[in-house]
Order: sequence, then structure tokens, then C-alpha cells
Amino acid sequence: MKSKQIKIALRNCGHIDPEDLSDYIARDGYKALSTTLSGSRETVVQTIIKSGLRGRGGGGFPTGKKWELAAAVKGDKKYVICNADEGDPGAFMDRSVLEGDPHSVLEAMAVCGYAIGADEGYIYIRAEYPLAIKRLKIAMAQAKEAGLLGQNILGTGFNFEIGLKYGAGAFVCGEETALIKSMEGNRGEPIMKPPYPAQKGFMGKPTNVNNVETFANIPAIINKGADWFASIGTEGSKGTKVFALAGKVKNVGLVEVPMGTTLRELIFDIGGGIVGGKKFKAAQTGGPSGGCLTEKHLDTPIDYESLKAAGSMMGSGGLIVMDEDNCMPAVAQFYLDFTVEESCGKCVPCREGNKVLYQILNKITHGNGTLEDLKKLKDLSEIIKSTSLCGLGQTAPNPVLSTLNNFYDEYYEHVVEKKCRAKVCRALIKYIIIPDKCVGCGACKRACPAEAISGEIKQKHLIDQDKCIKCGACYQKCKFNAIIIE
Amino acid sequence: MACAIKEKEIKEKVAEICKEFNNDPKELIAILHKSQNHFGFLPKEVQTAIAETIHIPASKVYGVITFYSYFTMEPKGKYPISICMGTACYVKGAEKVLKEFEKQLEIKNGQTTPDGKFSMNTLRCIGACGLAPVIMIGEKVYGSVKPEEVAKIIKEYE
Repeated sequence: MKSKQIKIALRNCGHIDPEDLSDYIARDGYKALSTTLSGSRETVVQTIIKSGLRGRGGGGFPTGKKWELAAAVKGDKKYVICNADEGDPGAFMDRSVLEGDPHSVLEAMAVCGYAIGADEGYIYIRAEYPLAIKRLKIAMAQAKEAGLLGQNILGTGFNFEIGLKYGAGAFVCGEETALIKSMEGNRGEPIMKPPYPAQKGFMGKPTNVNNVETFANIPAIINKGADWFASIGTEGSKGTKVFALAGKVKNVGLVEVPMGTTLRELIFDIGGGIVGGKKFKAAQTGGPSGGCLTEKHLDTPIDYESLKAAGSMMGSGGLIVMDEDNCMPAVAQFYLDFTVEESCGKCVPCREGNKVLYQILNKITHGNGTLEDLKKLKDLSEIIKSTSLCGLGQTAPNPVLSTLNNFYDEYYEHVVEKKCRAKVCRALIKYIIIPDKCVGCGACKRACPAEAISGEIKQKHLIDQDKCIKCGACYQKCKFNAIIIE
Repeated sequence: MACAIKEKEIKEKVAEICKEFNNDPKELIAILHKSQNHFGFLPKEVQTAIAETIHIPASKVYGVITFYSYFTMEPKGKYPISICMGTACYVKGAEKVLKEFEKQLEIKNGQTTPDGKFSMNTLRCIGACGLAPVIMIGEKVYGSVKPEEVAKIIKEYE
């Protein structure tokens, strides 16, 4: 069923030697740049607008519009920035493009430079991606040597230089104003928009920031035409999207499918279904800013709008599949732990609000939650969403809200019945020995670090629930399946 | 005396690194990357040396270091263990692997063993979600790690 895939952004990955420029050129490499340079700046911008391409880093802002804005601003110096600070846990498409097809990003940046009138570009890349950095450096040197970057590109008089800037592990730097702050040697704290980077960005100059996957689409759009690109996808979301399929699914890895493909096709056809014949429970899209989709969303065509309507978002394309063994309040808590740590601390709703959300979730997963807490979670989430400064805070409560909406039963069980059906929350589970199955071998008793198990050899054993620390050591040791988790 | 020599060495090396970046405060993050590569971590002495060389307040250097998770003020162990806690690893049981390392090495996440051999930290995502749960020791990647394999993995380094 792999035929559902259409590769545009990943068209060259695995097909070319990323360290060999002639391989890239043999597959129409730098043809788009050459076409671009022989036409007007306006033509390029219009082509991208017409293609309907939208930002693949998460926001989904129309790329052509962004270019048009930056092109319209007057200025002697402008910058093109490629956002390669892929910090979304569970997403690795940008790394794949940079490692497998670095020239396509360089070419697209030069095209963008021509379109908006910039002569300098930077790639802001995670220091955690050493191979991508190495290959980019090789590609940059090769392109320069061949006259495809640098001064007087292809003899047209157009100049464009590209440099690298390194990130240092801060999720918020994926937000464009924070990224620019970081590039200038500061803490990556976002600032209020407007002014937008297109007006006042890097070093105070007009700047256009696009994500790696967005750039990787550009040469293909110029070579094959805006109409071709716009013919793929849905009404509002054109082209394809790369998803990083991971979690409890049989086939994990990157897949590129047309916008509008359903979750069912992604998870069950391409992904091969759930590992170990377990039951599908949720698919998390959009990383820590996204939400959990459920069985009822399986047949929804995925695009920017439908994911938003379902309480999640496209994000950078991470798609984590969860089965019945995953506890949803605990998953929400996991994401909040992430956002609390990654919040830059500048604005109060995000810095303090998310911390409180985390504490309430912690209370719930430890069996101390109340029905009132569930209401508080919802109210506070909405306040954080509407009052935070940047995209991080505005989306941080999404995992909480979407799990509350879609898995309210599970929250209810945690706070009222004090039960965790996925048997993840330790405070809410009990290890019990089934007398009929216990042969009295004593293995569990020897394994117990808390001396909570009593019983003589060849006699039925018993776990003292007051002493039990719920470590699960007995459960692992029992060869007779006599211990169950309740 | 020994300390004074060390301080002199630090200052010289820092000056050399900063010069590569034209002593430009806007290159602070690049300077910190290079300094951490050289010294292994960024102690107070390195921070003040950088601040003096590129003429910015030491508080700014400290502010930037503490903002980014890649920079560390603690020396790492000879074999730094990084445990991925990205979502894919989390749903596949990375937490249990982390607990097992803590138990075996008798240190908490973020600490270094008293003999300086192992240090432990968690990462957000190393982009190897297909191999979840993933850990790295130095540059070596271990995929699909089960808690019961942890002892064996540690043994490789003894």
C-alpha cells in the first residue's frame, strides 16, 4: 500500500549521494534557480502564491504571501533564514531532508533570496544534528565552487551567500522571533508581533523565515509548475506532507502523502496497524502543541483545517500512535512536563499557568484529583491559550484540552473511581496474587524489595497492599501468571 | 599556584576562540559551542573569561548558558549516557529504562558517578524514533532498549 505516497519534499532522499553535487544536478538540481534568475522577482512570488504552499513547520502560513510581504518591504539589506531547529519530539523529517538532500534547501533559499531581494541567508540548525551539519557544509562548498552560490550566480549578477548558525537546544527557538533572538546571540525569547520579521527581523533588517520542509518543496514547484502542485491535496492545503510515523505502529518512519489522506490510511495501510494486535487508542499529531485524535477521527482527511477543527494541529508532522496501554492523563502530563521545561519564562500565562496545569495533572495521576480539578484544567487551559505571548504558550494546553474532550471517561475514572484503565498510574494500581494460580514457589517473595509478600514455600502467597511500593518486581518474576495488575 | 596557571590557560584559550569570531557579542552562542567542545563544560571561570574578552556582562553569558539545554556547567562523565525522552520513546517505555539506569548506576538523572565514569541526562528527541526507546552512550546509539538489558550495556564500559 506504499503507493499512496507521493514524494515531493523527500523526492531525492535515498536516490542521490547527498555529498555529490552532480547527483543532485542529474535530478534537475539547480534548474529551478536557473529558471528563477532568468525571470522577474514578481514571477517567482506569484508562482509560490499560486501553488498554495503553506508553512510546513507548524504554522501553516501561506509561503508565497510571506515572500510577498518581505519583497514589498524596502531595504538595502534583507535576510533569508531556514529554520532547521527541529525540536519537536517525534519529528525528524527536516533532519532527513538536510542529510539526504541538502542542495534542495540551498537552492530554495537562493530562489527565495532572489524573490525578496536578499543577498544573504542563514540556516539555523540544531547542534544535535552533526551529520546534517557536515553535509550542509559540503553542499555549500560545492555549490559555491560551481558558481551556484556566492557572487554573480550563473553569470546573472545575482549574489547570494549562505552561512550556518547553531541552535543549542531550546524548543521555543522554533518560533521565528525567538529564533532570530537566538541567532543574535541572546536567550531565545520571543517578542511581540508586529513588527513581523518581514518588516524588522535579523539584525533589524527585513527577514523571511521558512522551515526546511517548506524550502524542500520550492524547487519542485518551480520545475513542475504551480498548477501541478495545487492539483495535489485538499481545497485549503495543497501538496503533500511528510509525517514521522512512530509509537505503537508496525511500520515506523517517514512517509510523505498528499494532504487529505486519512489517519486510517496512514496508520493502518501505510503503517501496517498496531503492534502486537492491540487496540488503537489515539494518534497524537503536532507534538507538544498538538492534540490526541481518536477512533472517530480515523476517516477525517488530514489537512491544516481539519486537524485544527479536531482540537489538534499539523505541527511539523510528528504522528505518534498510542494503544490501550497508554494512559491519556499521563500522556497529557508528559507533554506539560515538556512545555513547562521549554517555556522561556517571559510571559506569565505560559510560565506559571502551564506549571499549575502540570501540578493538577500530577495530582490526578497520583490519585488525588477531584472533579473540580477537571473543570480547573479546562478553564485554565483556555486562559493560557488566549493570553500567552507566542505560539508555544498559545498551544501548550492543547494536549490537555484534547485528551479532556476525547477521553473524559478516563479522567473521570482517575478522579472518581481512582482507577487507571491503562494501568500506568502507579498510585492507582494494585498487584494481586490469584490464589488458584499461585504454586508457592517463592520467587515473588524473594524479588520483593519492600518485604511486602508473605507466604511459606508451597503455600499461597499474599501481597500486603500497605507495604507494596508497586515496583512490579514480583509481576516480572512470576512464571505462572499468578500476579495480576488491578 | 596551580589554580593561577589554569586560569591563565583558560583565558588564553578563550581569547583564541573569541578571536575566531571577531570578538563579536552576536556570536556568543557559537563561542559557547566551541568553548564547550574544548573544555567539556562551561564553568564560572570560562564564563567570566568570555564576558571579559567580548565585553559583555557575565550575567548575560550565564543567562544564555542556562537558557539552552545543550550547554552544561557540570563536567560530564567519561561515558555520557543520554536517554531519549521524546514522545515515541516515552510511549514505548523510556521511563522504565531511565529508572533502571538510575538504579544500576546509583545516580539520578543529570548526575555523574563519583568516579567520573558515567553521567546521565535525558534528551528531547534524537530523531531516531523508529528505534524507540533509544539511548546514546557517547556517540554510540542503542535502539529498542529494554530495562533488563541495561546492566549488560553498562558492563560494556567496565
